[in-house]
Amino acid sequence: MTWDWGAVADFMPRFWDGLLLTLQILALGSLISFALGLVWALLMRAPSRFVRWPVGAVTEFIRNTPLLVQLFFFFYVLPEWGLTFSALTTGIFAIGLHYSTYTMQVYRAGIEAVPAGQWEAAIALNLPVRRTWTAVILPQAIRRVVPALGNYVIAMLKDTPILMTITVLEMLGEARLFAQQDFQFTEPLTVIGVAFILIAYPASLLVRAMERRLVR
Amino acid sequence: MKQPDADANPPVDGSELIRFDHVSKRFGSNTVLDNLDFSVDAGKHVTLIGPSGSGKTTILRLLMTLLKPDEGTITVAGDQLFPASEKEVREVRKKIGMVFQQFNLFPNMKVLRNITEAPVTVLGLSKDEAEQRARELLELVGLADKCDAYPTQLSGGQQQRVAIARALAMRPQVLLLDEVTSALDPELVAGVLDVLRDIARTTDITMLCVTHEMNFARDISDQVLMFDSGHVIESGPPEKIFGDPEHERTREFLGAVL
Repeated sequence: MTWDWGAVADFMPRFWDGLLLTLQILALGSLISFALGLVWALLMRAPSRFVRWPVGAVTEFIRNTPLLVQLFFFFYVLPEWGLTFSALTTGIFAIGLHYSTYTMQVYRAGIEAVPAGQWEAAIALNLPVRRTWTAVILPQAIRRVVPALGNYVIAMLKDTPILMTITVLEMLGEARLFAQQDFQFTEPLTVIGVAFILIAYPASLLVRAMERRLVR
Repeated sequence: MKQPDADANPPVDGSELIRFDHVSKRFGSNTVLDNLDFSVDAGKHVTLIGPSGSGKTTILRLLMTLLKPDEGTITVAGDQLFPASEKEVREVRKKIGMVFQQFNLFPNMKVLRNITEAPVTVLGLSKDEAEQRARELLELVGLADKCDAYPTQLSGGQQQRVAIARALAMRPQVLLLDEVTSALDPELVAGVLDVLRDIARTTDITMLCVTHEMNFARDISDQVLMFDSGHVIESGPPEKIFGDPEHERTREFLGAVL
C-alpha cells in the first residue's frame, strides 16, 4: 500500500464540498435538536397526563430505535404518503429529531437542578408563570446544560456519515464516491478521518472548558 | 417611607389584617400546625419564636401561598387565600412580600434587575420608575454602589439586604421574614438586622418574623408568639414573654437560646 499525495490533492475539492455539507447538517441538526428538545422537556412538565403520555411515548420510541431505521423510514416511507423532501432536508430533520430526544433529558436535568428557592422567590414576587420560566428558570437551566448539549453536538457530528445512506454527499459520501471512481480508498478516508478529529477534539476541549466555567 | 400604591383602600392601622381560622397543616403523618387560630393587626410587628419544627416557618409559607392548608381558612385584608382562584390568589399575593433564609436572589440577573423585575412585569411600572425605586431601596439597605453586581459577587449579608430591597420594591402591606439571618456568618448578622430595625421604625409595614435573634425580636416586636408542636402556647408583648413568661416550655426555650 502506497500513500499518494496526488490522490489527496485530487480529493480536496470534493472534500471541501463534503466538509461544508457536514457542517451544514451539524448546524441545522443541532438547532432542531436544541429547539425540539426544549419543547419536549416543557411538554413533559405539562399538568395534563394526556400531554405527557403521548410525548413520553413518542420520544421514548425515537430514542430507543436506531437513527438509521428512522432515516430510512423518513426517506423511503414518507414519499409513499405523498410527503416528499430532498435527501438533505430529510436527513437534517431525522438527525435533529433523533437527538432532540436526548437533549430533552439534558434540559429536564437542567430544569430540575434549579433550586426550589428560585420558584418560591418568583411566587413571592407574584411573577406570572410564563415570566418565571423565561426570566428565571430557563436562563439558569440552559446555562447549566450548555456543556451537555455540546457533547451531543459532537456525537451528532460523528453520526452525520449515516446520511450517506440516503445519498447525501457529506464527507464520507464524497470520500466513497471518490474512492469508487479512482480505486483509492486510503487517502480520502484518511483525510476525512483527520478532519473529524480536527473538529471533534477541539470541540470536546471547548465543552470541558465550558463545564468548568458554566456549571457551578 | 409611605406605602402609597399598595392598595386603594389601605387598612386602617390597628385593624385586623391577617387571620388564621382553625388552620391545620400536615406533612404525611406529621402534624405541623394543629387547629391554629391567630390574627395580626395592620402595622404590627409580630415575632414567632419556638423550637425548630414547631410550625413557625409553615405559617409564613402558608401566607405566601407556597403551601396550602389541609384545613381552615386564612384571610388577608378580608380576602380568603384558600380556596381561591389563581386570579384571586395573585391579588392577595400583591399585599405580601417575603424574605427567605437562603436569600433566593436570581443569580442570572444583576442586583438592580433583581429588584426591578417584578415591579415592571407585575405592577406595570416603567423601567425608569422601577429603577429609581430600586436605587432608593438600595440606598436604604446601604448598597447603593452594588446596582451592577451579580448576586454571587456579594457577601451573604449583602445578598440578604438586596433581597429585602427586592421584597420592598413591590410595596407590600405585609413583610414575611423567614429566619433571614440564620444562613449568615455571625459578623454579617448585625448589618441585616439594622436594616430591618430601620424599616420597622420608619414604615407602616406589617411584619411577621420568624427568628432566633431574641434581642432583635425584643426590639422590634409589638407581639411575640411562642410556638410549640403546632400550637401557640403563649403570646404577649415582648417585655412579658422575655421578662416574665408564664409557660414552662417558654421558660425552657428562652433559657436555652438566650
